[in-house]
This record gives sequence, structure tokens and C-alpha cells, in this order.
Amino acid sequence: MIEDDRNGTGAATTAVAEPQLQRVRSPLRGLVRFRRGMKRYPWLPVLIVVGLLIVPAIFADFLTPHDPLRGVLGDRLRPPFWLEGGSSEYPLGTDKLGRDMLTRLMYGARISLVVGTITVFVGAVIGSTLGMLAGYLGGVVDKVVTWLIDTFLSLPIVLLALVIVAAIGPSFITIIAIISATIWAIFARVVRGETLSIREKDYVARAKVAGVGSFRIIVRYVLPNLANTLIVLATLQVGVVILGEASLSFIGAGIPRPNPSWGVMVADGRDNVLTQWWLTLFPGMAILLVVMSLNLMGDWLRDFLDPKLRQQV
Amino acid sequence: MTRSDLPSENGGRHGGDVVLQVIDLRMYLHTRWGVTKAVDGVTFDLHAGETLGIVGESGCGKSMLALSLVRLTPEPASRFEGGQVLLDGDDLVALTDKKMRRIRGKKISMILQDPQQSLNPVFTIGNQLEEAIRIHGGADSKEETKQRAKAALQEVHVPEPERRLKNYPHEMSGGMKQRVVGAMAMVYKPTVLIADEPTTALDVTIQAQYLRLLRDLQRRTGVAMIVISHDFGVIAETCDRVAVMYAGKFVEQGPVADVFDNPSHPYTKGLLDSHPRYVGTARRLRSIEGAPPELTNLPPGCRFSPRCGLAGPECHESEPEPRQVSADHVTWCFKSEELPWASH
Amino acid sequence: MGQPLIEVEGLRKLFPIKGGPLNARTLGHVRAIDGVSFTIDTGETFALVGESGCGKTTTARTILRLYTPDEGRVLLEGRDVHALTGDDLKAFRLAVQAVFQDPWASLNPRMRAGTLVAEALVANQRLPKAEVKARVAALLERMGFPAWKADLFPYEFSGGQRQRIALASALITGPKLIVLDEPVSALDLSVQAQVINLLKDIQEESQTTFLLIAHDLDTVRYVADRVGVMYLGQLVEETDTEELFENPKHPYTQALLNSRLPLHPKDRREELQVMGEAPSPMNPPAGCRFRTRCPFAMDVCTEVPARVQIAEGHSVACHLYSE
Repeated sequence: MIEDDRNGTGAATTAVAEPQLQRVRSPLRGLVRFRRGMKRYPWLPVLIVVGLLIVPAIFADFLTPHDPLRGVLGDRLRPPFWLEGGSSEYPLGTDKLGRDMLTRLMYGARISLVVGTITVFVGAVIGSTLGMLAGYLGGVVDKVVTWLIDTFLSLPIVLLALVIVAAIGPSFITIIAIISATIWAIFARVVRGETLSIREKDYVARAKVAGVGSFRIIVRYVLPNLANTLIVLATLQVGVVILGEASLSFIGAGIPRPNPSWGVMVADGRDNVLTQWWLTLFPGMAILLVVMSLNLMGDWLRDFLDPKLRQQV
Repeated sequence: MTRSDLPSENGGRHGGDVVLQVIDLRMYLHTRWGVTKAVDGVTFDLHAGETLGIVGESGCGKSMLALSLVRLTPEPASRFEGGQVLLDGDDLVALTDKKMRRIRGKKISMILQDPQQSLNPVFTIGNQLEEAIRIHGGADSKEETKQRAKAALQEVHVPEPERRLKNYPHEMSGGMKQRVVGAMAMVYKPTVLIADEPTTALDVTIQAQYLRLLRDLQRRTGVAMIVISHDFGVIAETCDRVAVMYAGKFVEQGPVADVFDNPSHPYTKGLLDSHPRYVGTARRLRSIEGAPPELTNLPPGCRFSPRCGLAGPECHESEPEPRQVSADHVTWCFKSEELPWASH
Repeated sequence: MGQPLIEVEGLRKLFPIKGGPLNARTLGHVRAIDGVSFTIDTGETFALVGESGCGKTTTARTILRLYTPDEGRVLLEGRDVHALTGDDLKAFRLAVQAVFQDPWASLNPRMRAGTLVAEALVANQRLPKAEVKARVAALLERMGFPAWKADLFPYEFSGGQRQRIALASALITGPKLIVLDEPVSALDLSVQAQVINLLKDIQEESQTTFLLIAHDLDTVRYVADRVGVMYLGQLVEETDTEELFENPKHPYTQALLNSRLPLHPKDRREELQVMGEAPSPMNPPAGCRFRTRCPFAMDVCTEVPARVQIAEGHSVACHLYSE
């Protein structure tokens, strides 16, 4: 996609015009078109996120009569209802312990949502605070925080997760802690950068001249002007976290069984991918659609928030 | 195209054939917040060797007008809703993108306000000049292109052109960069050169030099220029004729001296009256009440009427027709007769 | 006349240029201000003019304590501004305020107008809320706004209106000095006049002293009592406004005045007064910094010219007047 000149003055090169983006000639063309289509209807990703993530997460208990953790062994490995052997009692089939797939998907949404939002929240709070302090105060504080950011960003998260889980066993707290440990650094880095640029703005200089203290400047001058960036970043990071949790759960270093994390579900179905394809396809698609929708929402938010602030005369 | 008698220093006459004709040009921007009538019925002719100035405050549409003439308006919001731009037999509004690309830079060219934005910081000046040359030329050998780039720098009086070709933009001063931008625009000796606020980003002592350069280029090549500015000084220094723009339309048009001596539109008069040099320290500056209208929400009738001290009922109802003040001097105002004579 | 309000003595401010791997090496220094001295009397409007890179903005910001000088002092009523702490510092903040150039960047987009105007007051004095609100309303009215507009955010105002809000926020503490850094350059012509008129009104009504940083000489002539001309970090000429325009002595001042664009085609000039570009402030010419572009340059100009009083209140730093 061409990023249009957003401030609307059409600042362009002088004598030379940039050629328009030619049609993408590659197998990715279909994907690009799909993405473009999604962008044109911004409500679509939101619908997907709400429909596949939020609603099931909150209302799973009311939407399904089945137990996600205990199955009926006699109904093992049933295919989805439109295939032979399937039934409407288990619309998307059952797994190898006889648990209803649809139910597990819905409870899996709850796990994704909870882990996603809590992790992002923790990471955002820690990261933003440290980022603002580093950016605004500079000096030693900045050096220390930057070093911390670099260190935490270079942590091999998968390795770390495996080691920790081997030592103390998998759990919700563990995975939230592990992923937050990386996410905070991303927030911190971005926030620090924004803070550095906000710090040089005239309105901050004015505040200093007025004698406003550093604390108030950070809280009322820097933070509110970061809000847009934070919102966009948080939205995008929820997707990243969900994907991260799914990946870690897939390798067994995330949410412990028998909890129906989508990642765990994909792992469970791995052995029978070709025959009992519904075991991996549905959770896989759930992950794909939700993460992609969150990305698109984040992009759309960024476009939506940006030019409005720059009200050109 | 003949290079006939050039404008006198008094900025009155213009000679030469008509090289550009803009007829009732309309360009609107369709955005989330409504339709902005950026250019709403602009008509003028441009002759070889003459300089037309377009003066107005921010938001009047002058920059959009310039971009419309070279078809570089913001996509996809902009749409041409009518009118023609006739250059050398082609209507630039109606051309395909492909055909327009062959004309842009070759027959009609543009200099932007901020040299920072016009030059790519990661390529050398030589690189960018050569690229500009290759776009329309193509067949020359590397060495020839290089020579042409060097010649282009010499045209704009850049000292030590060989060395400068290897410089990056950040190694040059503002004035020098603006000269390079000028060189890039003039490389194919276009028929029309548009300069959008060419000196706004430059220091005072450099401004004068640069404007001198533009006039010099014009004298040598006979190019027709359009200079867009909010600064009356720039207009007075470089232009033969001037058009005052307000809310997407011209409100007054004529030879520079005439318009300055005898402003026939309340807006023009208001602007001139608010300039400290005209007024002198003894008197208070006259400012114009209010602010220009939003181009998405234009008032009925004359667009200036809400702010105009002379506005009468007809001003609020209908848009003024052009009225001849003198031979070349036109104004769009019902009340131009009632303006007190210019007092500076 | 008594003691001047502001005394700037031998001010010097250098900015290091970092380079090399990891930006660890210092390649050189930008000599933003290099030995600047002048005084401002109470109630007068003093303008500092010059082109970009001359150091006028840096000087203003040093006076405002946004930068600390490497050498020299700034005195407010005899006291060193950079040595103030505690309550003295608060008193300073109440006494010295500023208005910045860009109306779109100088107001916090996330704060309502009323809060913005009150900031300087609230940060330095304990006053009951009602009192603060009343003062804000009174000031906004003075600037031409109805009181309810205090609840609006900056984006709901135009450029000229924002500058007036910025001015209000500078006036609310009843300051002794207001520093105006190019207050009208970013505004449209017709709006500039409004703000300039406002400044003149305030000038006439109160004893507020103004330090005006500008590059537009016509505005300066209209508003200022005295003018200092800066070039590459140094003050080259200082005198009363009218004297500067009628009788400019320094070749740079003359060049500035002559570079002004004509206001009528008949005033066009053919001869250029100054050639070339300003040298980089990192590596200014030795001796008189203007000599590389000066039409009157002599051999002696390789030595630094002393500042000489050539008439009452008129000083120049130029070898043409050294004898």
C-alpha cells in the first residue's frame, strides 16, 4: 500500500513524479488484495475480534453446555457436523478425549483475551513509566533504562520459557510474567523515543519557563500526548502476545494442559493433522484471524488518530 | 515561442505569446470531514517571459492551485471538478497519468517551499540531478549526464559545481539547496516554472539573492513564472502581474504597480494596510476582523463579505462578477468604487 | 533610570557536536553565543534581530534559564538568574515569562485553554481556586475571548487566537519581563497585525518590559525602542530603533536593511549588498566574523573588533569605527 502524504499538502518531489504503485505481480497478490479489502471495511476486523475473541471469552459459560476440560470418551474424534460421522451436538467435532471443539475454542478465547490484556497492561505500565522517566530525565536514568531495554529485548524468550517451565512448571502467572518481561521493553523503547521528541516541543519549554515541576510535566504534558501512540501500540501488542502465548503453549512452555489454549489445541492435534484436520485447523484459524484483525485494527487506529491531530490550516 | 519584449522594471507591460491558459479551474478535496473547495473557479493567462504572482494567506488555496497545475494534488482525495489547463496544445487536466509524467518536469516544473522536503537526504546532489535529467532524456551516456548536471549547477551560480555534485543535502546551506532545487526544475528549460513560497525557508540576506537568481534565469531562458507567496515583498520584487487569492478564488488581478497603488478589493486593501512598513510607527496597524472561512463551509455570496466593512445586502447574496478597474486590472467586488484611495 | 532590569554580561554558550561511533566523540562545538553583553531597562522593548544561526534564540532561552551559560551571567535586578533557588526561583518564574514562535506547537494540545493560562500562576503561588479562575477569565476577556472559551482545547482555536492565549498565559503572573521569540512570524499577515496591536496596547498600559526576538525588521521598527543586531553569536550593533534605521553603522546592519524586499516594484534595486552565505557557527572566521562577506573588509579585520560607543546609546563592533 502506498502511504499517502498524510498532512494533505501533497508535498512531493519537484520536477519528478513518483510512479504509482504498479499491480503487485506475485503469489502474494491474493493476500494483498484480501488485506486491502479488509482495510476498506474497517468494521470487519473489529467484528472478527469481537465475534471470535471477546464475545466467546466473556459468555462462554452461557453459550455452550459442554465442559471444555472433560470429554465423553465414547465421542472421541468426531468430525464437524457437515461431514459423515459428525453431529450437531458437536458442531466442530471433538478431540481425542471427546471434548467438544467449539467449546474449547470459546474457552480458549477467554484464555487468549485474559492473557493478552493482562500481559499488555502490565508491560505497558512498566514500560511506559520507565520509558518516560528515561526520556525526560536523561542522564544516568536514561543509561540504566536503555541498558535494561536492550538486555530484555535480547532475551531468547522461547529458551527462557522452556527453562523456567522446566524448573517450576507451566502456569498462567508464569507465562504472563515471561511475556511481560519482553513486552515492557518494546513499550519502553517506543515511549522513550516519543518522550524525547515531546521534550523538545515548545509547549514543554513554555511549561518549564512557567516553573512547572518535572513530575507535573511528565504526567500532564508528556503522558497525554503519548496516548495515541500507546493505544495503537497496545492494540498491536495484544495480537503479538496472543500469538506468543499460542506459540509457547504449542511447545508446552505456556498454558498447562488441560486448559484449552488455542496453542495447546494445535499441539494436541499435530499428530493427526491430515486425518483429523479439524483438530488443528480451527484453533489455527482462530489464531490467524484474531491476530490479523488486531493488527488491522491497530493500523486503522493509527491512521484514524494521526491526521486528526494535525489540523492543518 | 518567441522571447519578445520583456517586462519593464515597473512591472506593467508583459510581452510574448500566451503559453499557459487556465480556464475556470476547479479542484475539490473530498475528505472525511467534507468537501474542501480548494480551487473554485480560477482563470488566468500566462505569457512567455512574464511572472505572475499569486498572493494570499494560508488556507486560500494558492498551494493547491500550484499543485493542480502540475497534477500533484493529494490522492485520492483530490478531484478536478471542471475547467482546463492548456499548455502547448494539451489540457493538463484531461491527460492520463502517463502523458502527464512526460510533461511534468519537461514543459512545466515546480519549486517547492522547503528544500529539505524536495531533496532526498540519502543521495548526493549529483545523483538527484542526474536522475532528473535521465527521467526525460534517457539516451545520454553517463558522462554526458554528468556534464549536464554540472552545467545545470553552473546555470544557478553554484560555485565549484564539480565538488558540489558529490555533496549530500545536509552538507549544503539552505540557500544552496534551494538553488539546486531550482537547477533540477530548470534542467529541461520548461515553458512554465512554478515557485511555491520559494524563499520562505531562507534567511533575509539569502532571499534577495535567490529572487535575483530567479529573475536572471527568466531573462536568459524566457520561461514564464508563477510565484506563489504570502509575502508582498516577494511579489513586489519579482512579479509583473499579481493575483490576490481568497477562499479558493481570485479577488483581484492586475499589474503589480496598479494593484499596489490602487487596491480595488477590500481584502487587498486590508492586507496592505496591515503591513508595518506601509503604516509607519505613528499609526495603528489595521487588521482584518475575523478569520478566513473554512473551505468546507463557505458563506453565501461573496466569500469575504462576513469580514468586510463595506459589505452590503447584495454582497451576502451573490458572488461578485469581475469588474474592470483599468486596462489590465480586474476586481471581484460590488463595492470597489467605495474603497478610499490608497494612502501609503 | 536606575538599575537596568536585565543585564547580560559576557554570555557564552557552546553546544557540542557528537559524532563517531556511538556518538561518543565530540567533533567540535557550535558557538551559539560567543561573548554577548547588553542591558534592558525597565519598561522598554528591546529587540534582538539577526538571521538564523545568529544566536538570538539561544540568548533568549539562556535568559529564561532553559539553557545554562558556559560563561558569563544574566542578572535580573542585579541578581544572577542562574544562581536562584527555592522561593527566589519561584519569584523569578513569576517575574519572567515567555511567548514562543509556533502557535501550533507552543500550547499543550491536551490541556484546556484555561488550565494553560493558569499554569505559571499555579506552579509558583498558592492561591484559592476561585481566585485563579477569576484571573484567568479576566485575562481571556482582555485578549478578546468570552470566558467560556477557557474550557476549549487548543485545536479549537486559530493560529492568531493561540498566540493570544499564549500571551495571556505569560501575562497572568504580572511579569516584569516577557520574552517573545518570533511571536508573529508563523502567523498570517492580517493576524500578525492583530497580535502586534495587542503587544503595543500592553506596552502602553503597563510597565512590562519586552525582549523581542525577531527577524522581520519592519515589525521591530514598529514595536521596539532599542535594537541589538546579532551575527554568528555576537552582538555587532546596538542602538535606539530609529537611529538603527536612519543611521546604521555596521556593514551587516546595512546589509540587513538593504536586503529587505521592496514593497513596490519601483523600489527594486539592482545591486546586491552582501554576497555569499553565512559561515557555519561551528567554525566562524577568526577576528571579525563578518569579514568574509563584508564589502568593506580590511586587513585589520582579522583581529576581533572591540565594541565602541560611537554616540549616546549607540555601540558598534567594527574596525571602521575603531579609531
